[in-house]
Amino acid sequence: MDASAHSATDTHAKSMTGADIVVSCLNEEKVKFVFGYPGGAVLHIYDALYKQNGFKHILVRHEQAAVHAADAYSRATGDVGVALVTSGPGATNAVTGIATAYMDSIPLVVISGQVPVPAIGMDAFQEVDMVGVTRPCVKHNFLVKHVKDIAPTIKKAFFIAKTGRPGPVVVDIPKDITAHVADFIYPKTVEMRSYNPILKGHSGQIKKAVKLLLSAKRPMIYTGGGLVLGNGAAELVKLAKALNFPVTNTLMGLGGYPATDKQFVGMLGMHGTYEANMAMQHCDVLLAVGARFDDRVIGNPKHFGGQKRTIIHIDVDPSSISKRVKVDVPIVGDVQSVLSDMNEILAQEENQTTDTADWWSQINEWRGIQSLDYVYSDSVIKPQYVVQKLWEVTKGEAYVTSDVGQHQMWAAQYYKFDKPRRWINSGGLGTMGVGLPYAMGCQFADKHAQVACITGEGSIQMNIQELSTCAQYGLPIKVILLNNRYLGMVRQWQEFFYENRYSESYMDSLPDFVKLAESYGHVGMRITNPADVEGALKEAFDRKDKFVFMDFLTDQTENVFPMVENGKGLSEMVLSPNTASRLKGEE
Amino acid sequence: MRHIISLLMENEAGALSRVAGLFSARGYNIESLTVAVTEDPTLSRMTIVTTGSDDVIEQIIKQLNKLIDVVKVLDLNDGKHIERELMLVKVKATGVFKDEMKRMCDIFRGRIIDVADNSYTIELTGSCSKLDAFIEAIDRSAILETVRTGASGIGRGDRILKV
Ligand SMILES: Cc1cc2nc3c(=O)[nH]c(=O)nc-3n(C[C@H](O)[C@H](O)[C@H](O)COP(=O)(O)OP(=O)(O)OC[C@H]3O[C@@H](n4cnc5c(N)ncnc54)[C@H](O)[C@@H]3O)c2cc1C
Ligand SMILES: Cc1ncc(C[n+]2csc(CCOP(=O)(O)OP(=O)(O)O)c2C)c(N)n1
Ligand SMILES: [Mg+2]
Repeated sequence: MDASAHSATDTHAKSMTGADIVVSCLNEEKVKFVFGYPGGAVLHIYDALYKQNGFKHILVRHEQAAVHAADAYSRATGDVGVALVTSGPGATNAVTGIATAYMDSIPLVVISGQVPVPAIGMDAFQEVDMVGVTRPCVKHNFLVKHVKDIAPTIKKAFFIAKTGRPGPVVVDIPKDITAHVADFIYPKTVEMRSYNPILKGHSGQIKKAVKLLLSAKRPMIYTGGGLVLGNGAAELVKLAKALNFPVTNTLMGLGGYPATDKQFVGMLGMHGTYEANMAMQHCDVLLAVGARFDDRVIGNPKHFGGQKRTIIHIDVDPSSISKRVKVDVPIVGDVQSVLSDMNEILAQEENQTTDTADWWSQINEWRGIQSLDYVYSDSVIKPQYVVQKLWEVTKGEAYVTSDVGQHQMWAAQYYKFDKPRRWINSGGLGTMGVGLPYAMGCQFADKHAQVACITGEGSIQMNIQELSTCAQYGLPIKVILLNNRYLGMVRQWQEFFYENRYSESYMDSLPDFVKLAESYGHVGMRITNPADVEGALKEAFDRKDKFVFMDFLTDQTENVFPMVENGKGLSEMVLSPNTASRLKGEE
Repeated sequence: MRHIISLLMENEAGALSRVAGLFSARGYNIESLTVAVTEDPTLSRMTIVTTGSDDVIEQIIKQLNKLIDVVKVLDLNDGKHIERELMLVKVKATGVFKDEMKRMCDIFRGRIIDVADNSYTIELTGSCSKLDAFIEAIDRSAILETVRTGASGIGRGDRILKV
């Protein structure tokens, strides 16, 4: 983005209020949507945005949803998401959204109102130390104390949010300074001696990495959220294709490599496929790209480290490298830049690939186990089946958001994402309640797109109030509720590790979701028969301009498999009873 | 192992709490932390004494560098360095203690900077272990009050931490 083209210059600097400056800054950044909720401390800003027609303000029903929607807007488009909230309770309501974005490295600018400067520290009405509260869950934050600092601070906030390892930035603005007047000058560039992310990878390291890849007998490519965030998918596909190496994605990285391609071995980790986890464990050269060796990905680090392999790790954040797993060839840099350098170096090599035939036949043997196999039933709806049919009905083209729980894992396992930025979920913080506001963010990002929110009856109730926002803006989202009448993921752990003591994991007193949806003017559907699943999905997606809430009553006892239990090694997966008994039979 | 880390950061409100918050949030040890503005009023210099395995220290350095306000970080243990700490000790100066305290103060090259009817205040600078040694050497029952600044460190010779 070129900020200079539209920047005001000293010569025709306009004098305006702090509130108008805030609004003008957002317009300088070419922001299209601001998700927010008004209140006392931001009233001047709300008055200023009323009088402009650059960006559109979206009124949510809870500040948490404003931040989630801005977050999803960013995940879907790659632009910085923007939210605006008032001081005190407005600000604290936003914190879960900010922490969610922080854990998944999503670029956001969150503007919060603050009590007037002279009132700070006086326990004023609706005062909360927002900079203090958010410090551990932001990339950076600012308290602006003078009207002349508003523009340079917002400029810095956008710059910090989107460069290097992205993340949320909070700008806390006291009410009085939004009424003060200053000349508006939007800086053209940002110079910070203390912040200079490294984007270009070290060429010596990259050469070394290419040599290593070409020497591999059992190579593996493992990519994560960083590949998606850094828009490196095209370069990765080029590299993987040239080398004919297997590729796995983390939960955050899905869509970074086309799921329908034969080199894709599925997601890895706690609920990864058998072949992905086995290949990850047994490879001899591992190329990790924008992924952070999370505890849900590698299982027990001792077990993982017990197997010898050489690791190349590309990450823009040096602190992600050698944090949980010792790395042999660290490459600090941006995925797109480093991968394109790798492709260039590879193209100059005499031998541009290595013999992986034996390795592939091993992987195909693992694949043959079909670890995602489940038993279809014609009496009760299997959640996996709903997701498979959703993929077919939407031709794999939809933006799919999810909440947190079993349904999230089934969405990740059974919807085959061929493109990046289509799978929108909370991985790092695992925030129940993101699904619906995430779907709103996606629909604003692409108003003609198919947007599906795969959710659970527990999660959807955590931001159910947003049904109202969806009605106000006519968002044609399709909610796919996999209603198992349980906090299913909790129930699964209680079944496995607490001898079926289902402590507080049952969802009682559920609303009639069909009527609830209808009360907002939406379409509600209840689907109880497996035979109706496909038809209902088609009908819903044919209603292109309607919000449809689909309540699928699903099998209450279904569990997510494979599963790497806590403390276990990546290759020590528990397979589904069905897969396990099939394997026994084959023996 | 014990490490002494020096860093330069923007002299801005809240910068100190970002560093302190990082250590507590990630469970790193802080033995001492000192901070003051440098000759350049826009920069503060901090010295942190911490302990941890090599892996932990590597993460600490990376995490400190990641803070947006931090301009430069140096692990002084990576090379030759000097460290000094200042301690003020108020001791009893009555009876046998009167001469004893003066003598110990001289041996440790301290200075008596305040004399009252019943007490001396001794100023002592040196490495942290020298200050520890002084405390060990004098009679515990004579100590009325101590205050220590925590270590400040600087590289030897050409090792310079500057923007
Ligand atoms: C119920 C539940 C179950 C889960 N089960 C699984 C599971 O089975 N498998 C799984 O994989 N996850 C699972 N997760 C998610 C898990 O908790 C982590 O969020 C996820 O694995 C992290 O993904 P990642 O390693 O891709 O890192 P991300 O959090 O996406 O981090 C991205 C990395 O890329 C770097 N980066 C960012 N931008 C760039 C750039 N431009 N260039 C270079 N590097 C960049 C960042 O510095 C960072 O290190 C689960 C979560 C929940 C809630
Ligand atoms: C805000 C929040 N609270 C609690 C949890 C812990 N948790 C993880 S999954 C889950 C159950 C989710 O139930 P539901 O939405 O019905 O999904 P299901 O697992 O049944 O598909 C809970 C309580 C969480 N992730 N987020
Ligand atoms: Mg449920």
